[in-house]
Amino acid sequence: MTAALNTALNTAEVQTTAPAPPPRRRRRLTARSLTGQAVLYGMLSALALVYIYPFLVQVATSFKTEPDAAADPVSLLPATFSMAAYERLFLHSDFPLWFANSTIVTICVTVGRVFFVSLAGYALARLRFRGRGVVFALVVAVMAVPTVVLLIPKFLVLNQLGLYNSYAGMILPLLVDAAGVFIMKNFFESIPDSVEEQARIDGAGTFRVFWSIVLPMARPALITIVILSFQGSWNELSHFIVSTQSPELTTLTKGVASLASGQLSQGTQYPLKLAAAAIMTIPVAVLFFIFQRKIMNTSEGAVKG
Amino acid sequence: MSAPVAPVATPSRPASPRHPRSRGIRRGEAGAGWLFVSPVILILGTFLLVPVLMALWVSFSDWSGRGSPLSGSVGFVGLDNYAAITTGGGLAERDFGTALRNNAWYVVLVVPLQTVLSLFLAVLVSRRILRGRGFFRTAFYFPSVTSSVAITVLWLFLFSFAGPVNQIMSAIGVAAPNWFSDPRGIVHVVLGAIGVANGPDALTGAGFLGVSWWDWLAGPSVAMSAFVLMAVFTTSGTFMLLFIAALQNIGVELTEAGMMDGASGWQRFWHITLPQLRPTLFTVITLGLIGCWQVFDQIYTGTQGGPAKTTVTPAYLSYTSAFQNQDWGVGAAIAFILFLIIIAFTVLQRWVLRDRPVSKRRIRAYQPRAAASAAPSPKEVDA
Repeated sequence: MTAALNTALNTAEVQTTAPAPPPRRRRRLTARSLTGQAVLYGMLSALALVYIYPFLVQVATSFKTEPDAAADPVSLLPATFSMAAYERLFLHSDFPLWFANSTIVTICVTVGRVFFVSLAGYALARLRFRGRGVVFALVVAVMAVPTVVLLIPKFLVLNQLGLYNSYAGMILPLLVDAAGVFIMKNFFESIPDSVEEQARIDGAGTFRVFWSIVLPMARPALITIVILSFQGSWNELSHFIVSTQSPELTTLTKGVASLASGQLSQGTQYPLKLAAAAIMTIPVAVLFFIFQRKIMNTSEGAVKG
Repeated sequence: MSAPVAPVATPSRPASPRHPRSRGIRRGEAGAGWLFVSPVILILGTFLLVPVLMALWVSFSDWSGRGSPLSGSVGFVGLDNYAAITTGGGLAERDFGTALRNNAWYVVLVVPLQTVLSLFLAVLVSRRILRGRGFFRTAFYFPSVTSSVAITVLWLFLFSFAGPVNQIMSAIGVAAPNWFSDPRGIVHVVLGAIGVANGPDALTGAGFLGVSWWDWLAGPSVAMSAFVLMAVFTTSGTFMLLFIAALQNIGVELTEAGMMDGASGWQRFWHITLPQLRPTLFTVITLGLIGCWQVFDQIYTGTQGGPAKTTVTPAYLSYTSAFQNQDWGVGAAIAFILFLIIIAFTVLQRWVLRDRPVSKRRIRAYQPRAAASAAPSPKEVDA
């Protein structure tokens, strides 16, 4: 049996346990592999249903009336199509304010992080200065500190600095992310430094080399940082709990969490809550679909050679 | 739950060789270097290093939340706060014990389940010929991008008493529990079903951290089990991506050699693929352990620790002790113990999964076949 045939069988058969059979038994193998295919696709579809159905029923319920949601929670079609939940959220609640706060914080954090993290990553990868090793060790050590341990400490410092209950207090602590520095440093180390040398010889300053030559080359890593920071700060909850108290500074996560625990509502109010949760998912979902290729790290049907 | 999202495709390269400092083009580099890293140092220092030190001080003090914890009126109380939650014998100790119990069961269930499920999904969607690969990957990954708050709201609906899950369960004839209001531990539920309602005196009489052994063994409450399912649902996609990336980097040569030697699909997976996935497995379990000990958002949004404190976790207890009961010293002490637990688990896990030489027994298991045919030697397989 040649290696080529073996490979062909490998791709065609699905978890058949037999060793490669002689050619005359091919027909039986095909029948078996068909069953195998059916089992595989059946299993995948069932799993996909389990993963997708919750989101479908979420969107469906947000368009239901409250009695309808209570009477038939499973159905994916509202008995009467109702926009009441969305109307209430946007016209008669603080929801738009929460959305605006989340947007402000997320944009500031993402822009700031991309800049500071790549600056530091570049310095740690390329510039030689005394103490570089210590700084990098510090960054790595910081990555090991779990975030929940920092709840009380963050509050203490924000309070001490007079930043409690301010946008500055919400944004500044999120502005730098040790993991991001790590990612950027790794990336910059993978770019050959001949390009920079040329620019330096031409007399460009360090920042100039970084800004107009190296940074544009770092696009793939920068996209990773954008995704991580956007998703991280949009979905952040605990930091906003300990850094703010005033209703004007409530973010989506904090606001929707308060909705969930029953403020602003009598009864179960599932359409309202699910509508709020659905809307807060949209921005990260959009980001996900824009960068899907990159996140999934795949190109359809490609076989690694 | 913000798990890392995208594995970065950055080929690591050995550090570039040092250039001789001959040309003047590297002048001023030290200054620039420090300038470039200064924002990071400043922010990490101010909002991470200093706060941790401050909280460490608070955990040894009797600060009541008024004024600055550094002012002269705040007293040093030594290990009192730590003693209150570990040996006090009071409510604080029982609450801490309960929180540890709840979270330990959560870890015990979530880490293996999410690891196995994500590996399973990765293997399924990594088949070389698969129609709709992109669709399936997207479907499995999507829950990972949503915020823990949004997913908790959805979960509260799905698992509500008259919600979709219970409707489906009763449609197929399974008794549906009142998920988020049910404080019974699932081990106790199972024991109750076979007629064991009360534990033996040996277990109910003694205990640890104010919780009897019988209650330690109760299992996660039904409410906590719903959170377990949620964690598996939201994290399996992230870890699936890590496994997919690892599977892509495995060469087909060893697998093909295994096929030539007549290894079955399962044998190929277990003896050839899995050993090569070891580093990724290691990462996934480490990240899982670290994440699972930090459950906070879901509890804050969903149950606030109820029913009957069975969903209180150390992270949430630390928060309520400090911010609601103004017991800042105790809150900080809980946070530091949690920190130690996370470190201990990471170290333990590293030790358990360390690289070991192949045991004699396993080598012998390979020998007859190795002698009979050109099977891959155990060294190669276990590499």
